[in-house]
Amino acid sequence: MVANGKSAFIYSDAFTKYKFAEEHPFNPKRLEMTLDLIKTIGFLDADQIITPRMATQEELARVHDTRYLDAVQAASQPQANPDDFATWGLGTEDTPIFAGMHEATSLIAGGTLLAADLVMSGQYRYALNMAGGLHHARRAEASGFCVYNDIAVAIAHVREKYGARVAYIDTDAHHGDGVQWIFYEDPDVLTISLHETGKYLYPGTGEIIERGEGRGYGYAVNVPLEAFTEDDSWMNAVRSVIIPTIQKFAPDIIFHQNGCDAHTYDPLTHLSASTHIYREMPKITRLLAEEMCDGRLVAVGGGGYDIWRVVPRAWTMLWAELNGNELPERLPKAWLERWQLEASTALPEFFLDPPGSFEAIPRRAEIEEKNEIMVRRVLNGTPFLY
Amino acid sequence: MLVEQIMTREVVTLSPDNTLQEALDLSHHHRLRHLPVVQDGLLVGLISDRDLRAAAPSTLEQAESDQILHDIRVEQLMIKDVITAHPLDFVEDAAAQIYKHSVGCLPVVSQGKLTGIVTERDILRNLVEMMGVNAPTSRIEVEVPDKTGMLANISDLLRARRINTSAVMVFPSAKEGYRTIVFRIRTMDPRRFIQDIEAAGYRVVGHPSMMTDGEV
Repeated sequence: MVANGKSAFIYSDAFTKYKFAEEHPFNPKRLEMTLDLIKTIGFLDADQIITPRMATQEELARVHDTRYLDAVQAASQPQANPDDFATWGLGTEDTPIFAGMHEATSLIAGGTLLAADLVMSGQYRYALNMAGGLHHARRAEASGFCVYNDIAVAIAHVREKYGARVAYIDTDAHHGDGVQWIFYEDPDVLTISLHETGKYLYPGTGEIIERGEGRGYGYAVNVPLEAFTEDDSWMNAVRSVIIPTIQKFAPDIIFHQNGCDAHTYDPLTHLSASTHIYREMPKITRLLAEEMCDGRLVAVGGGGYDIWRVVPRAWTMLWAELNGNELPERLPKAWLERWQLEASTALPEFFLDPPGSFEAIPRRAEIEEKNEIMVRRVLNGTPFLY
Repeated sequence: MLVEQIMTREVVTLSPDNTLQEALDLSHHHRLRHLPVVQDGLLVGLISDRDLRAAAPSTLEQAESDQILHDIRVEQLMIKDVITAHPLDFVEDAAAQIYKHSVGCLPVVSQGKLTGIVTERDILRNLVEMMGVNAPTSRIEVEVPDKTGMLANISDLLRARRINTSAVMVFPSAKEGYRTIVFRIRTMDPRRFIQDIEAAGYRVVGHPSMMTDGEV
């Protein structure tokens, strides 16, 4: 099945209100830039844009502690004192409080929830919420720039409303810890996260031994990869782990978190991938969705902190894949001219980083070997594969 | 932290009169490797599943030799000079005892009475918590001269950035006259903290952002 060019693009200008501070690395300008690139290139019809509503208290409370929801609402008031919210992970340098925080993050959660409903009800095969992907948020704590866990809210919704079995794929460079812990004991939600090892990188978890608990044992899968991992090794891990586990698990719907911070330009992580992986990964999850669950696929954004050179390219390629659009080699001139004025660095001309763009990693062979061993250990310890 | 804060209080125990078969069944049922032997509330011995397995006839032999498990009593096989801990011992003392004597657990005894048990597993879990690995954190190692005030200096930088700390460990450094302080800090973006450290004249070691050649 080829994408029919009519996927749902969940968007509201109000998504950009999820903004912590001017210098904060989680910068919503990346959404504007990406939307502009998608439009400039002609990949988006007006009727594909679907405006989300805010998730309700009841929908959020499926995965969040109600006391935490109260705290976020209190922290959203203009006069709120940041020191009052430390126990909830708010008011820190990572997740400062700001007026309207509850509304902004509820809208993002509502967006992912809507994407899931559109796909489950059969109105759309695929749906994308670029603003979603807040995978670090925990039951009662904000973490790593994430206030409400839009993914977990949407997964809990499709579990309850449709009784669907859910596969969650997380290819952000950081471990998808929030989603993993929320469904750690649920055998009907398979969480797979590929990420840079937590030896130094936030959140420090995502070890191979985290495999779920109780009836959920085996339904959390973690692939921690070495710092400086490059395209081939990363994609080898993605294919080797994701394809057999999804085929065996046979989900009713796939969620894919498309954080694009594994790129070598990303300032917060230490992986060495190029944009090639952001061309290939959505293809793999889309084909798996077609093969296993009648195409039901919800894609969300996530991390991505080189907002000029990486995020717009990565997520435009993601959207192109969901629509079956043929990707041009070069970025449109008009877009480059518009954003180069503002950008702090030279914008790239090609979607795919040309060969030789980056220096080779001296210890490549050892890193690849280490990652291969890791993948084998992951597969050997996943009981439902056998 | 004290042993009484991490020990298991509901201890599965044997009496000296139990048979080896009863001991084996209990050990299998509760998946326990160590069973304290108690008489009138007082600890009188300890028996491990390894001792029990060594005493049991091979499963390849005929079933009639199983009789031995019904004839021999726990009292005859248990060790009597048990190494124990006190509820008010520090966890690190208990860890040192377990390591020094190569044992898997320490029954916790107060005034002769068994009040709990700590195992290698309890100690490891406690260690993991102390190292802050169970909270979302980034890891930063700083090399500082081995003199007073260094920890305070780095902590000041964290306070200025409003970054909370989950765990701090101080280790001897490979470099003579230096120490390594390991911080597990609750931020996803340690870049400015790293800059602050370097600007203050200290060195961040081991962090991948400080390397260019894939030396991990």
